[in-house]
Amino acid sequence: MSRGRRIRNGIMTGVFSVAGWVAIVFIFLIFLFTFKETIPIFTDPEVRHEANLQKFFGEKQEGPTISEQYVWQPTSERPKVSLWPIIIGTLKATAVGLLFACPVGVAAAVFSSEFAPAKLREVIKPVIELLAGIPSVVMGFFALIVLATWLQDAFGFTYRLNAINAGLALGFALVPIIYTISEDGLSAVPRSYREASFALGASKLQTAITVVLPAAAPAVFASFVLAFGRAIGETMILLMAGGNAALTSFSLFDPLRTLSATIAAEMGEVVVGSAHYSALFFMGTLLFVITFVSNTVGVWVIRGMQRRMQGAAS
Amino acid sequence: MPAPAVMTAPNKRIGDKIAVALLGLSVVIIIAILVVIIANIAYHGAAAVTWEFITQAPRQGLTAGGIMPAIVGTAALVILMSIAAVPLGVATAIYLHEYTPAEGLSLAWKRFRVSKGRPGRRRLFFRAMSALLATVTRSAVANLAGVPSIVFGLFGLGFFIQFIGRSIDRATQPPGEVLWGQGSLLWAACTLALLTLPTVIVATEEALRTVPHDLREASLALGATQWETIRRVVLPGSLSGIMTGAILGISRGAGEVAPILFTGAAYYLPFLPGDVTDQFMHLGYHVLILSTQSPDVEATKPLLYGTVFVLLALTFLLNLAGVIIRSRTRSRSHR
Repeated sequence: MSRGRRIRNGIMTGVFSVAGWVAIVFIFLIFLFTFKETIPIFTDPEVRHEANLQKFFGEKQEGPTISEQYVWQPTSERPKVSLWPIIIGTLKATAVGLLFACPVGVAAAVFSSEFAPAKLREVIKPVIELLAGIPSVVMGFFALIVLATWLQDAFGFTYRLNAINAGLALGFALVPIIYTISEDGLSAVPRSYREASFALGASKLQTAITVVLPAAAPAVFASFVLAFGRAIGETMILLMAGGNAALTSFSLFDPLRTLSATIAAEMGEVVVGSAHYSALFFMGTLLFVITFVSNTVGVWVIRGMQRRMQGAAS
Repeated sequence: MPAPAVMTAPNKRIGDKIAVALLGLSVVIIIAILVVIIANIAYHGAAAVTWEFITQAPRQGLTAGGIMPAIVGTAALVILMSIAAVPLGVATAIYLHEYTPAEGLSLAWKRFRVSKGRPGRRRLFFRAMSALLATVTRSAVANLAGVPSIVFGLFGLGFFIQFIGRSIDRATQPPGEVLWGQGSLLWAACTLALLTLPTVIVATEEALRTVPHDLREASLALGATQWETIRRVVLPGSLSGIMTGAILGISRGAGEVAPILFTGAAYYLPFLPGDVTDQFMHLGYHVLILSTQSPDVEATKPLLYGTVFVLLALTFLLNLAGVIIRSRTRSRSHR
């Protein structure tokens, strides 16, 4: 082998190895730097005076209602930094989004894998891809300008922007995730399962609901978990359509503010290194940890199912 | 013997039909959502998109004029992002798929364990470590894909701007001057590149997997080096798959707003970005500003719809390009 070819091969091996390392280093840097800006909450006395874990989760103001007891007002004269209004807002939007997207997404997946003629399936796939391709800022715009008005006209909500409106728009963005992963799981169930069920006299519907769907249950579950992770971290839809009021309220008809929207709305004006800055990074760390766990669980469940189905098919 | 239950042909039961219709209804709902959103935006947006709208800057406090700076800013951002994300993503995937052991971590480790006292144990150890690195990288990439985009924005602010940017300023600028340590086109593009990296890596690895192993072995048996095999055999065979993945990743990055909120997007700029350290206007950010901070909502509505229309058209065109490339290669490989 000529010297030049060998050297070139060596150089390229080095280039590709470095690329692999760069990618992995950045992934750990993301961990590190989101967490690094959170650390003052645990160590810096000046920051701790205004923001610490006890204040985030335990502080309670005087007042007759919960919306006056748990308050997020980090820039007021006497900063109040309870995270409860924001956490409750996040959970409300996520719950509404999942309540819409889970049934619709799974039903559509069952329909297209078990009942739809091949031609219809050819239509559904690009529709789902297009829906997934809509940028979340556009979905947020639609919810803010169009959907909110329609819903208010139809149901007479007191507040135009509320958890129903924001959650529904979020649900639109979650449907493609749930559909795609569930449909993959349903299609991976071996034909022999269905044939055995038909041979016993079960109808197509009985087969789909009592045989195929349970066999694909891990994939369906994983799709819910991954959709949950997406919902918790989704920013633009909730920033625009949620009403942007950090209000401690369990009502779905009140405006809300999520963790992600709070970061997006307040990080622009915050003083770098202040308690408020660290508190926003703390929310980011919280989001990171929650989504990291839900993703790990989701991916792990899907891998387990793939392995089992490959075993069953062979 | 009890009387048998009344049997009807399984597929003709009325209850079954209703249930299947309900399942079908969910598909109708999904299609309806997409059609309504697109129709609404196309109807109101197409009317607003004129030549002036595309080629002029905003005027009168964003209530008149066009969106030219936002289009240019978005284009510059997407191009810079692609320059950073695509080569790095493709190279990482090539490393993962071509240079790390194909047998996987558990088998590589087992082979090392049973090799005690035999020659070549060192090599097997490195092979196992390389497999470990690949496994860690793959799961980290899978997790990175699920990290919320706003967290990428925080990272961009904390790492690129506060850490790297400020360090460059301290080394090169006179004290008190800030050039790199603030939001800019460069840092926003770097942040978005990280966001699109997982998409590119996963898609490229999938494309590399479609190249049969025999081809690589044939090439190596003919005396080609590994790099020659990759360049002459593997890359040509997987190029369209890689391009599809890259385009889909870029289209996702083009529509994201959360990561650029505090890494360089500007509310309004009278000039176009001329340097990577400049701030920039962005279509998605412009949509956010027009729809949440406009002093006169009704007056800006046509501008808002026009901007959404242009943004949506841009991302859909990118998506479409990806889908077309993919379907063309699929039909070719089936022949």
